[in-house]
Amino acid sequence: MRLRKRAKPKEVVTQSTLDNAFDRRTFVIGTAMGGLGVLLAARMGYIAIAENEKYELESESNRVNLSLIPPRRGWILDRNGAPLASNRADFRVDIIPDRTPDTEATIAALTKILNLDENQAADIRKQVSDGPGYQPVEIASGITYDEFAAVSVRLPDLPGVVPQRGFSRFYPTGPSVGHLIGYVGTANAEEYAEQDRNPLLVTPGYKIGKDGLEKQYEQELRGVPGARRVEVTASGRIVRELETREDIQGDPIRLTIDGPLQDYAARRIGLESGSVVVMDCETGDLLCMASMPSFDPNSFSQGIGRVEYSMLRDDERVPLRNKVLKGLYPPGSTVKPMVSMAFMREGLDPDETVFCGGGLRVGNRVFRCWKRGGHGTVNMAKGIYQSCDVYYYHFAQRIGMDPIAAMAQRCGMGQEFPLPVASQFYGTVPYPAWKEEKYGRPWQAFDTVNATIGQGYMLANPLQLAVMSARLATGRHVQPRLVTSTPVQGFDEVDFAPEHVAYVRQAMSDVVNGPGTAGRARLPFDDIKMAGKTGTAQVVGLNLSDGKSGPWKYRDHGLFIFFAPFDKPKYAGAVVIEHGGGSGSAYPIARDVMTFLFDPEKGMEMLRGFEEQWGGTAQQRLDAKYRAYAAAAGEDVKPVPARDEEIFDQVEAEARLAVRRQESLADEKVDPRLDTSLSSGQASE
Amino acid sequence: MSGIVPAPIARQPWRMLFPLFVLIGFGALVLFSAAAGSWQPYAASHILRFGIFLVMAFILARFTREWAMFLAFPIYGIILLMLVAVEAIGFVGGGSQRWLDLGFMQLQPSELMKPAIVLVLARFYSSLPVGMIPTWRALIPAGGLILTPVALVLLQPDLGTSLAIVFGGALVMFSAGLPIRWFMGAGLAAAVLAPIAFFVGLQPYQQKRVFTFLDPESDPLGDGYHITQSKIAIGSGGFSGKGFNEGSQSHLHYLPEPHTDFIFATMAEEWGFLGGLVVIGAFALIFSWGLSVARASNDRFGKLIALGMTATVFFYVAINLMMVMGLAPVVGIPLPFMSHGGSSMLTNMICLGSIMMVDRWNRKAPRAGIMR
Repeated sequence: MRLRKRAKPKEVVTQSTLDNAFDRRTFVIGTAMGGLGVLLAARMGYIAIAENEKYELESESNRVNLSLIPPRRGWILDRNGAPLASNRADFRVDIIPDRTPDTEATIAALTKILNLDENQAADIRKQVSDGPGYQPVEIASGITYDEFAAVSVRLPDLPGVVPQRGFSRFYPTGPSVGHLIGYVGTANAEEYAEQDRNPLLVTPGYKIGKDGLEKQYEQELRGVPGARRVEVTASGRIVRELETREDIQGDPIRLTIDGPLQDYAARRIGLESGSVVVMDCETGDLLCMASMPSFDPNSFSQGIGRVEYSMLRDDERVPLRNKVLKGLYPPGSTVKPMVSMAFMREGLDPDETVFCGGGLRVGNRVFRCWKRGGHGTVNMAKGIYQSCDVYYYHFAQRIGMDPIAAMAQRCGMGQEFPLPVASQFYGTVPYPAWKEEKYGRPWQAFDTVNATIGQGYMLANPLQLAVMSARLATGRHVQPRLVTSTPVQGFDEVDFAPEHVAYVRQAMSDVVNGPGTAGRARLPFDDIKMAGKTGTAQVVGLNLSDGKSGPWKYRDHGLFIFFAPFDKPKYAGAVVIEHGGGSGSAYPIARDVMTFLFDPEKGMEMLRGFEEQWGGTAQQRLDAKYRAYAAAAGEDVKPVPARDEEIFDQVEAEARLAVRRQESLADEKVDPRLDTSLSSGQASE
Repeated sequence: MSGIVPAPIARQPWRMLFPLFVLIGFGALVLFSAAAGSWQPYAASHILRFGIFLVMAFILARFTREWAMFLAFPIYGIILLMLVAVEAIGFVGGGSQRWLDLGFMQLQPSELMKPAIVLVLARFYSSLPVGMIPTWRALIPAGGLILTPVALVLLQPDLGTSLAIVFGGALVMFSAGLPIRWFMGAGLAAAVLAPIAFFVGLQPYQQKRVFTFLDPESDPLGDGYHITQSKIAIGSGGFSGKGFNEGSQSHLHYLPEPHTDFIFATMAEEWGFLGGLVVIGAFALIFSWGLSVARASNDRFGKLIALGMTATVFFYVAINLMMVMGLAPVVGIPLPFMSHGGSSMLTNMICLGSIMMVDRWNRKAPRAGIMR
């Protein structure tokens, strides 16, 4: 080593330096190993102890699969406790491919038992081959009990086939309650996001309220879902059931609606497009809110077909719109009792007269009375029962628009009512300041003249007209209510002086029972008299149509407000028939609806006659129309299954007859039906 | 050791054997659970194999120093030939060509190469004149001895085993006293070449594993699934575990390979952090015994063998534990003495047998205090 001194100094390596180096380096290696060991132990401690909670949760969510059992929806009941919306046991058959040794043969056997067509069978085969084998595939749903039973008894030969009982929403009276109750359907993506991604909403077979009361009372009706916790393997196979919690059915909602009356009114509208509202004058209860034509909520709830939906959408009579709340019409002459009330309040003597010669010049225009020949001398009562326009043209100009507008609002026009509905169109009550603000033009005398006969800017919905009728009849500020849990309101508030109320009642009775415009609306009873007021609302100018014939769209709306009995009002309401060609289309419906209320037998007799001419009940006609429409569109539609549920009988209009017969058997004397709660015992289940 | 225990038994390296039995027994329990509470098919064969290989290790330990010196190069040469034979006539399994069918068993020569490389390098450095250690003559032949089998194993391709061979060889070179700057230079070169090798040398599936390791959540149902499920198993075990046979991750098949690569996760789920400490502690005892055998040896051959064999087993343990805890990419390296599998058990028992052999030499010629 010494010899190499001149060269670059090399490290001196001897046996002992090597041994030293080995010991040093072994120490380094040992330290590194120990360090790594400590690191690993620390890492494990971190995962297992510090993050234990997180991983335990993940392990549980791996292991446990929670499947929700959709809760049974709460029922929607009518005032007597009969279901307007209930749940029908729904039979379905699923297949679990993993548990089926020979899927082809099993599907073939099911196809035969359930009478499935080749398309359906092909769909099922495709789903079975595409899906993960442990997940059930639907073979058929909504099958009859007989088919369900047929599959059930053959189960030993059909391994992997699961017949199940579920529930689907059922509306016994179908289209009669479509707009009122709404319908249910599968939640869409927005609804799912809105409700905090509630997993219930995406559970197969679960439906939420989509419209009407079903939507408004969604939370009450929903109930609490049950849950089935199962342990699953990584591939999804169920190892064992851990626990099952039963669902809790949603709360029922009890409406003030009288189911049979609702059905009757809806059917009585017949071929027309319109609405009927009936209220109880003593409570404000809405007994009936029928709007026709309508849709069958049963179809919507089962997932409406493309063809059926386009039929509804394309109909010019808009069966998808609830006309009670969203139909706005010029109220026409139906405002005259209300205007009279305003006149009296402003001190006009009802006996003061004006001469009607068939028209009145206002400014440089002559406004015609509907009766070209004129009414002669007209006082207030005659103004109402003969519906003389000139009387109102004349005195409205003297009293001015503002008191009339205030009275209209007091009677409910232009108002929104505190009802559990998605939306109400509240229309317009025009007055000078309103016009100034909206159009920037001053109020003119002819505006007053137009408004005072319910034309011009004035617009109201049928519910408002019914409330107006109830308030005029009682003199109280009756508030409508739709569910029995809402308190009765407005009866402590006196709107009109009793003598004014008495005067208007008499005049309105004369419309029907005296020398008035609606003699044909007289009730077929000696002891019960109905009071009312007709109205005809022009839709287009006289240059386009005379309002009575020609294209449907151009015909006048027919309106009628009413209450009965006239001297001690119990029921009040309104009928509006779109493009009915005048009030003559409206008051016969009011008459029959009131007849049905007091004597169901007589009412049904009328309806049966009409339905024979029209081609069946509203439901039957809707089904027939759908079949015709579908045939025209080249689609094959299955025959409508017969409805043989016992439940059905309780809300159908005919149900009342059965109840009445029982009553009359018990008691020979047939009482006029003055209080609906009397028959509740028999009608509820 | 007291007089009650007979000398032949007292002589045995209980410092290593006791933790080894703990690992084997514990491993058998975990395998019992991984087979859903059954001795078949894993636990029974695990114990049986251990028994056979333990006998083999005791036989191995009886080799003398001279025999070991004499056999080092031939053994290396034979295994190298077998690696060539794998390339030529070996059969393909699991995407790579690793096995030789010997008729009565399937042999994976690359596994045997791990202890063989340690043996041959120890032989090489023990006979290399001391003065040549800092010269190229200490490096080039050793490099050749390492890189030839590594190249053959990479061709199979089997990255994990190649790395194990490089790791064992490099550690022997390091402790043989080669200049430290060479290792620094090699480390630097590796740092530069690694990215290139990553993109040029690695198979796409291997690259994907590395990416997944860096971000397991990016692919929770694909490759990241392994790491994620393994961490869930370990994490949900908590301090003392879910209890024997109660591990849901392994029993419900969420954990992949619960009986081989991920056996530590299977164990940790049922036995918790405490079980993990027992396993890590047992390995620590075995490694410290291995290192102490190396230090106690009075010749370079024995020192290097003991150290290299310890390092080889350590490499298995370290990579496997880092993998199951999400600190390393998923490479198919089982956990020694616990995982089910014959080849890895064979290799690891050869390593332990070799250390026992050095231990025997030490006892016959104890290191003299003054000579060092």
